Amino acid sequence: MELESLYQQIILDHYKRKVGYGINHGGHPSHQYNPTCGDEINLQVLLSADGSTIDGIEWEGTGCSISQASASMLAAESKGMTIDEFEKFAGGFREAMRSRGEIVLDEEEYGDLASLSGVSKFVARVKCAMLAWVAAEDSVTLTRGSLN
Amino acid sequence: MFSHEDSERIRGAFPELRERVNGVPLVYLDTAATALRPAGPVEHESTFALTRTAAVNRGAHTLAAEATEAYDDARATIAKFIDARPSDLVFTSNATESINLVALAFRLASAVGAPERFALKAGEEIVVTESEHHANLIPWQEVAKATGATLRIAPVTDGGVLTVGAVESVLTERTKVVALPAVSNVLGIVNPFREIADAAHRVGALVVLDACQAAPHMALDVTATGADFIAFSAHKMYGPTGIGALWGSASVLAEMPTVLTGGSMITRVDYDSADYLPAPAKFEPGTPRLTQAIGWADSIRFLDDIGMDRVAEHESSLGAVLYRLVSAVDGVHVLGTNVGVERVGLVSFAVDGVHPHDVGQYLDSKGIAVRVGHHCAQPLHKRLGVDSSTRISLGVHSTLAEVEFAVDALARVRGFFGVA
Ligand SMILES: Cc1ncc(COP(=O)(O)O)c(C=O)c1O
Repeated sequence: MELESLYQQIILDHYKRKVGYGINHGGHPSHQYNPTCGDEINLQVLLSADGSTIDGIEWEGTGCSISQASASMLAAESKGMTIDEFEKFAGGFREAMRSRGEIVLDEEEYGDLASLSGVSKFVARVKCAMLAWVAAEDSVTLTRGSLN
Repeated sequence: MFSHEDSERIRGAFPELRERVNGVPLVYLDTAATALRPAGPVEHESTFALTRTAAVNRGAHTLAAEATEAYDDARATIAKFIDARPSDLVFTSNATESINLVALAFRLASAVGAPERFALKAGEEIVVTESEHHANLIPWQEVAKATGATLRIAPVTDGGVLTVGAVESVLTERTKVVALPAVSNVLGIVNPFREIADAAHRVGALVVLDACQAAPHMALDVTATGADFIAFSAHKMYGPTGIGALWGSASVLAEMPTVLTGGSMITRVDYDSADYLPAPAKFEPGTPRLTQAIGWADSIRFLDDIGMDRVAEHESSLGAVLYRLVSAVDGVHVLGTNVGVERVGLVSFAVDGVHPHDVGQYLDSKGIAVRVGHHCAQPLHKRLGVDSSTRISLGVHSTLAEVEFAVDALARVRGFFGVA
């Protein structure tokens, strides 16, 4: 498989830029760990007061370019989404990652994240791409739980 | 190093080396994780399975008798390889199980306070090292938890060196067991296990030697190691998965409590009690791993035909070149020193600005198979100031050309990821 289909330039850019890096607000972070490679992420989704909209995502962690770029892009793309939109968005991303190259993410809808479509052909790397998303979904659940 | 002719002959035995990965020839540099398999032993194992499968140690028919004989012969071959008596070699699933067997024996003995050498109580101590694979750490954490004993960790230097003095610094008259690797699977440094075993014995402790990364790469004489127990796995020795061994000195095995029980390990059985066979049978209940033992013995013959002294010389010489070339790459930092130590052909390293997973992916695109991650040694990586690393490990089939090819590719990794 072509290495370039995995590592698009935009991924390497996000790996360096890291949108949303640094946890600066109180919230409900989720800590996720990938035991096979030791990668870690601590990520929190900041919600509006009524819990309906994503105000932003903050994260810290160590990991490969795929896991870090995925977190960075997620932070960039999900800002302003309603929870319903986010759940659908995350579901679609997960489905594409598990598709072994069958599903290519739509650039209109997924923006920079569409560049991660190639990851699904590298089965060993799907977990890397998903790490931030698992943390985000968990953090949303934790945050909404605290509002009830 | 092996001559070109010898090398070609050895490489010819491994069909996997003729495979292509991503359209390029495979360069297999991950023997420390699992070794490739030579064709001869696999073919023999399969012929045996197809023509000689029968129950070992049961029944009077011809095939059963032959299977029993072949199984005993396999044990004898593997025992001889490490200068041991067959009766002191216990088959297990892998080195992890071997170590667990000893650890569980400590827990069982501790629960009833006997036999004394295996019984731990609060205030007594277990010693392991900072360079442990999880397989030789977590079982001892569990023993400490179950018995109230204290787990003490012998430090390594920043260069990964385990000195006799460092182990002595945590030894006391309360130490009852010392567990250590013969060779760390991250550092590749050969530890002074004989001197450490002697020091441990001076305080009356039993010594458990994890020889996973030593047995495939050097001649081992169990008595000369000074250890009471030695654990190793077939799949790192060009043999099958699913089988490993625990060697123990005869007197210690005789005292060691049985852990698993059932058929094949008994003499007399009544409804309320049973008498057990001596080692190794008392540690091997149930139907044994017949084909795996046959396959392992054949892989041992394969190594013996080359000669372990020659294997050690080839791999350590090539390993020294590997160490030198990898450390010379810009932005690459090798874990563990090469000064004043003996090493096997194994080098782990960090690449500035590039995560090991990405390093491994880049190398894989050139057909180069390496290990990335923490290599089941998270505490050691933390101790050395990194989360994870990339590891190149050599085998009997490794060549200078492969090492140079891999280092060449490694030198291009930082450029590819735009951090050079
Ligand atoms: C030093 C060391 N100890 C223990 C083990 C565990 O071996 P196995 O997984 O075959 O039980 C390994 C291999 O991963 C190792 O390298």
